[in-house]
Amino acid sequence: MSTRTPDPASAPAADAADHHPSAADLAASAANRELVDIEDLRGDDSPLSQEPVLTVRDLSIEYEVDPPVRAVRSASFQLRRGEVLGLAGESGCGKTTLAYGLNQLHRPPARIVEGSVTFHGQDGHDVDVLALHGADLRAFHWSRIAMVFQGAMNSLNPVISVRAQLDDVFTTHRPDMSKAERLSRSRELLDLVGVDPDRIGAFAHELSGGMRQRVMIAMALALDPELMIMDEPTTALDVVVQREILQEILRLRHELGFAVIFITHDLPMLLEISDRIAVMRAGRIVELETAEELYFAPKHPYTRTLLGSFPSLTGDAGDFIRAGYSDEETR
Amino acid sequence: MTTLTAQNIHKTYLLRSGLRFSKLQAVKDVSFELTAGRTVALVGQSGSGKSTIAKLLMQLEHPTSGQLLLDGKPIGRRGAALTAYRDDVQMVFQDPFASLNPFHSIGHHLRRPLLLHGKATAKTVDARAAELLERVNLSPAASFLERRPHELSGGQRQRVAIARALAPGPKVLVADEPVSMLDVSVRLGVLNLLARLQREEQLAMLYITHDLATARHFSDEILVMYKGEVVERGAADDVILNPQAEFTRTLLKAAPEPGTNQRFLAEARRRGVPMPDHLAHREDQ
Repeated sequence: MSTRTPDPASAPAADAADHHPSAADLAASAANRELVDIEDLRGDDSPLSQEPVLTVRDLSIEYEVDPPVRAVRSASFQLRRGEVLGLAGESGCGKTTLAYGLNQLHRPPARIVEGSVTFHGQDGHDVDVLALHGADLRAFHWSRIAMVFQGAMNSLNPVISVRAQLDDVFTTHRPDMSKAERLSRSRELLDLVGVDPDRIGAFAHELSGGMRQRVMIAMALALDPELMIMDEPTTALDVVVQREILQEILRLRHELGFAVIFITHDLPMLLEISDRIAVMRAGRIVELETAEELYFAPKHPYTRTLLGSFPSLTGDAGDFIRAGYSDEETR
Repeated sequence: MTTLTAQNIHKTYLLRSGLRFSKLQAVKDVSFELTAGRTVALVGQSGSGKSTIAKLLMQLEHPTSGQLLLDGKPIGRRGAALTAYRDDVQMVFQDPFASLNPFHSIGHHLRRPLLLHGKATAKTVDARAAELLERVNLSPAASFLERRPHELSGGQRQRVAIARALAPGPKVLVADEPVSMLDVSVRLGVLNLLARLQREEQLAMLYITHDLATARHFSDEILVMYKGEVVERGAADDVILNPQAEFTRTLLKAAPEPGTNQRFLAEARRRGVPMPDHLAHREDQ
């Protein structure tokens, strides 16, 4: 090991000069890469269409505290049917506030100051989401736009069974369904997300974190929504389980064709699963590009900072931690 | 040269559900050695026994069998011997939002270990606490001493937690997921800080994580754990670049990494450019 750890005294100068990889280094690291060749999660046959499903114009959301905090500043974007849009940014940048604002889940003191959110339904009717309220809004929620919440591991009700919770979705939104229909649909949903339907009587504490997460996704899928908003759905899970869940989400998107807004600060993960990525900072969307363009040619300095925050697993990027030639920078 | 050695340690928990008892083998026959100036990383899934090992090293739990040796001698289990052990072995916890007491100032968090471990007197304690803060790049130290945890960002809090762990002058530092609760943009800063402190003090470090990329760059040796057992161990680059165990490959494949993704490699060829090295362009730290 000592062969790879440079002498601390000589390291800063020598390694800084070395740091820009030569052609030979690149070839070597490309060879390394083949060893842990990672399967493409997104696939080429992305069910992307040009038809929009959601249009957001100049959306601004403010927390009416003293002094007021503008958490989202003039966010504008259009989401296409079947698209996976990644929303990246650090804690406090307004990504969750934006997600809540999109389907009017925000609570005072949050207030939408200006802007519009238009949902383009599959039936050809446009819905002005911000004008909905009361019964119309309740009917809209979950059946058109569903959400998987942050910390979804803990969003299941601990005192009622999975069955009762799935049932609740149908009794609320589809009162005409019979008990037998509700049960068979619930079992079908669990099967769809890869949970044994026989576990339907289980309580949250009897399920592992990954299974709880799948149940949450099943609930979100219950009414066949056209858009799913997923707020950090995999942060509490380890990488292996995380990958299974992501594969599941993308497989379901292929089958069912819904669009996804995927919120997280894990940019490498977003790069793999998203069609386009929006980078948010201090309430603003600073860059919105395809995953490839963002990775190969990031334009905004903050995007570059975010990309630079992840050491590469197999490449040389990140070696400075061990070698220590960023010593001066850490002071 | 300080060394903390774990020899064939096992930890079995007795689980009770109703009247039935069952056994859970959290750690099975794990051996490793932490030596001055080197970092050993422990990687694995949730529930693989990583944190149990941290608890065993900190004597928050005791091994069912096997033993821990500090410089070749069995570790002190109680009284003055335990205090002496704690002088030498300290820990940084995962969640800086939970590991600092919200009622107490930052100064309190640092003065207590300094006084309890006899590293300062009532007269010198404030100056020593300020020095510790300077060491973890929190300056001006005087302004931080009076503040309470809620006035600090996550990264600053974790720096305080590191300063607190350094207060007794440890030779061995156990860091259990020290950056996983922090924002991505401050993670590297904290890891760099740990790496610098390690070099300066020749600490022996155990780095527990599920992030393989930082494990590779931050440590010298990697131990991969699966269901309580070490399934692979070796020099950091060997384990990551040339994995032998099936489970290590699974872990590596699961880690999001655009740099090894077929789609991005194809895009690089299409554009006729090398894979970008984003870290090389990092301006801040």
